[in-house]
Amino acid sequence: MTRTIHLTLDINGQRHELDVEPRVTLLDALREHLGLTGTKKGCDQGQCGACTCHVDGKRVLSCLTLAAQAEGRQVTTIEGLAGPNGELHPVQSAFIEHDAFQCGYCTPGQIMSAVACIREGHAGSDEEIREYMSGNLCRCGAYNSIVTAVREAAEMA
Amino acid sequence: MKDFSYLRAASAEEASRAAQQAGAMLLAGGTTLLDLAKCGVTEPDTVVDITRLAGLDTINVGEGGLTIGALATMSAVADHPEVKTQFPAIAQSLSLAASAQLRNMATIGGNLLQRTRCAYFRDPQAFPACNKRAPGSGCSALGGVTRNHAVLGTSEKCIATYPGDLAVALVAFDAVVDLGTRQVPVDDFFLPYGEAPERETLLQPGEIIRGITVPASVAARQSVYLKVRDRQSYEFAAASAAVGLELEADGRTVSDIHVALGGVATKPWRALAVEQALIGKALDADLVRSASRLSMEGAVSHGDNAYKIELAPRVVARAILQLAPSLGDLA
Repeated sequence: MTRTIHLTLDINGQRHELDVEPRVTLLDALREHLGLTGTKKGCDQGQCGACTCHVDGKRVLSCLTLAAQAEGRQVTTIEGLAGPNGELHPVQSAFIEHDAFQCGYCTPGQIMSAVACIREGHAGSDEEIREYMSGNLCRCGAYNSIVTAVREAAEMA
Repeated sequence: MKDFSYLRAASAEEASRAAQQAGAMLLAGGTTLLDLAKCGVTEPDTVVDITRLAGLDTINVGEGGLTIGALATMSAVADHPEVKTQFPAIAQSLSLAASAQLRNMATIGGNLLQRTRCAYFRDPQAFPACNKRAPGSGCSALGGVTRNHAVLGTSEKCIATYPGDLAVALVAFDAVVDLGTRQVPVDDFFLPYGEAPERETLLQPGEIIRGITVPASVAARQSVYLKVRDRQSYEFAAASAAVGLELEADGRTVSDIHVALGGVATKPWRALAVEQALIGKALDADLVRSASRLSMEGAVSHGDNAYKIELAPRVVARAILQLAPSLGDLA
């Protein structure tokens, strides 16, 4: 008894139409239905932050958001962060500059979280960055470089 | 996750009607509902999305106190300038909870209704016995690993800890839940486990939390939420305390005090015995420490969680002493 619902989603400024089961999360809609695989699935239970994206400019976990909840909202994923000609977002550049990753799997979530963290005004000190980035786990343990990258991007913002 | 049908409610009345149907559950922030649906703990037939209901996300600080709409997010309340200055324990209880992403999603109404983190409750496949999930099936936590389980308010049927922080601060400051047709003190809203651990709140089918009010008081303005946990951030409390303190002009005599505990009980736990032992008394560190021990009256250890009986009174004492700077460095 698969009942699908029709959704119109605004992702990175583009309209997408899709038919999905109501239980489909925003994360699965992005990755499996729309081919936007930059957003990563880590724990799929709201504990790791790998799936972080922005809904109406606020960072949220796409694994605990139904795709249906995102209808009528503006969704931004890691694919939507760079400028129109591909120029990197300052936080992306800072992550490269400071080698703020090892395996890279948590990186899209870290960067989406960091962009919001800076915009919220929660990147005033290393301590504050650590506190407000605590929802993004990095199993490689690149935390020191992540904090440095976020701090530098915040200082330039 | 089992599939369900999805209804986006256009009015509170429509949501209430839909929520009365068997198998229907309300969706606000979704952070608990979808998490538990993925664990197989909740299996809704219909998910009723109430996030588009208008007018339920307001935050007001007035002379009478604080009013928060049920759909206000945790982050909106935690970052609200007047909540931070007039009700610091409430703002702190929220900013010390979850992560920035979850606080942007989770709502105040949903926050009250978050379910226990008991690992046995959350894993129905490995642990079918759980009186909270399946009344009468037994308790897998008893005799198991109980480091995070409650020492207060437990019964032979359930020892699961109430995990939230906000409700602890709300209970301390006599907050009231607005259910539309009735107003219930938060302390009464959460039921003691006793014989029916599956029933956690007074909420009836179809009832929707509309908001919360917290009366203004000097103690609420001079308050703190102290949370001790296994890691520094993004973790549930091993023990926490919401404390508000009003002192006489001498800077030592207690004219009003509010104390509640988190992380140690089956519901947000008001510590009236501590308050009664200190009201009207001139504070000193020894008195604060001995009074704080009264918070553990009736506490029962289950082995691994015995440390909480030692830890929680120290957290209470430290919170009280933090609010009484005239006592110097005694904390």
